[in-house]
Amino acid sequence: MTTLLFIPLVLLGSFVAGLLGALTGLGGGVVIVPLLVVAFHVNIKYAIGASLISVIATSSGAAAAYVREGFSNIRIGMFLEIATTMGALFGAFLAARLAGGIIAIVFGSVLIISSVLSMGRGHGEKFTGPPDRWAIRLKLSSAYPTAHGPENYKVCRVPAGFGMMFGAGTLSGLLGIGSGAFKVLAMDQVMRIPFKVSTTTSNFMIGVTAAASAGIYLRRGFVAPVLVMPVVLGVLAGSVIGTRVLVRARTRWLRIIFALVIAALGIEMVYGGITGRF
Amino acid sequence: MAESNKPPSRWNDERVERIMGTLLQNGVIISAVVVLAGGILYLLRYGRLPLRYENFVAERESLRGLGVVANSALHGDARAIIEVGLLLLIATPVARVLFSIIAFALEKDRLYAVLTLIVFLILIYSLFGGAT
Repeated sequence: MTTLLFIPLVLLGSFVAGLLGALTGLGGGVVIVPLLVVAFHVNIKYAIGASLISVIATSSGAAAAYVREGFSNIRIGMFLEIATTMGALFGAFLAARLAGGIIAIVFGSVLIISSVLSMGRGHGEKFTGPPDRWAIRLKLSSAYPTAHGPENYKVCRVPAGFGMMFGAGTLSGLLGIGSGAFKVLAMDQVMRIPFKVSTTTSNFMIGVTAAASAGIYLRRGFVAPVLVMPVVLGVLAGSVIGTRVLVRARTRWLRIIFALVIAALGIEMVYGGITGRF
Repeated sequence: MAESNKPPSRWNDERVERIMGTLLQNGVIISAVVVLAGGILYLLRYGRLPLRYENFVAERESLRGLGVVANSALHGDARAIIEVGLLLLIATPVARVLFSIIAFALEKDRLYAVLTLIVFLILIYSLFGGAT
């Protein structure tokens, strides 16, 4: 394929991935890697390199909008970023050493799990017990705005949440994704942080987590600038427009369709990994 | 539900977050413009060449030194211009963390200034340290 055909096609695919990622809250990263690998025959290591960079762009680009709403908790974010950045370093270390097929199998499994997670499952209930001693010591409890004034919340199981965040960071560094679904899981379900605060804080953390793997990716040659160019621009444009539309769109059906697409891509990745196609 | 342990510096946190949001957005816009410029230049020059990424060759794309990249970009090398844009993009969240250290220090929140410093050091180790 000539450059003049390849680049616009990747740009278009990335735009759609960014749009769907924003509309469903799953992020563009989970679609962009299978898209590049399956449809464009891009080596998985170049694909996760491009995805990782696009994740930094969407996280940073959306931050301004989320910050204005006042939901994100920068203390929780910063504290947990210690775990996610260390995990990301470890994940990138693994990515540099594992064969492409193994990365594809892990990637496919994560896609299938993400798809299941995004389907049902209500949010964690509001936590009313006493915060644990780490939450007090680290001043993690706070408040967020609601229609009827600020709502206070407390945080529990901080060490378990911190540990899970290391895992989320490892996946991010290994697969070049934001792993937002797992970050939200750790905050919402384990630490019992309100869902809205969890999602916005997670988005805030994703860029920093991804930046922690970027150094290793750059030195290992995962970041092919000419390939990354249309991916970053496409995903960024798609997610900016997706976030704007999000306010009005009914996303329930879209979410279900997207979850099915992700599951199918996941199976394809696992199958390709096992049969040695990558 | 009334709570008494509301952080006293809530307003400060909010202001810091606002500035940080703007910083991030500007960083992304600037880097996207640079990447786009490099990309257009690349297409104009090499549009007719075939492009393949099927086989991973680590040496092919590994980052050249910062000085080399900047120098090539200044000489109009399209690929190097894209690389500069990508490096700016990666620098954006790092700048955000650096700014947070200063902000927490100004709020006299030593605990969080130190926690943020740890995050910053991990990032610096990844980007400039020997991590491979």
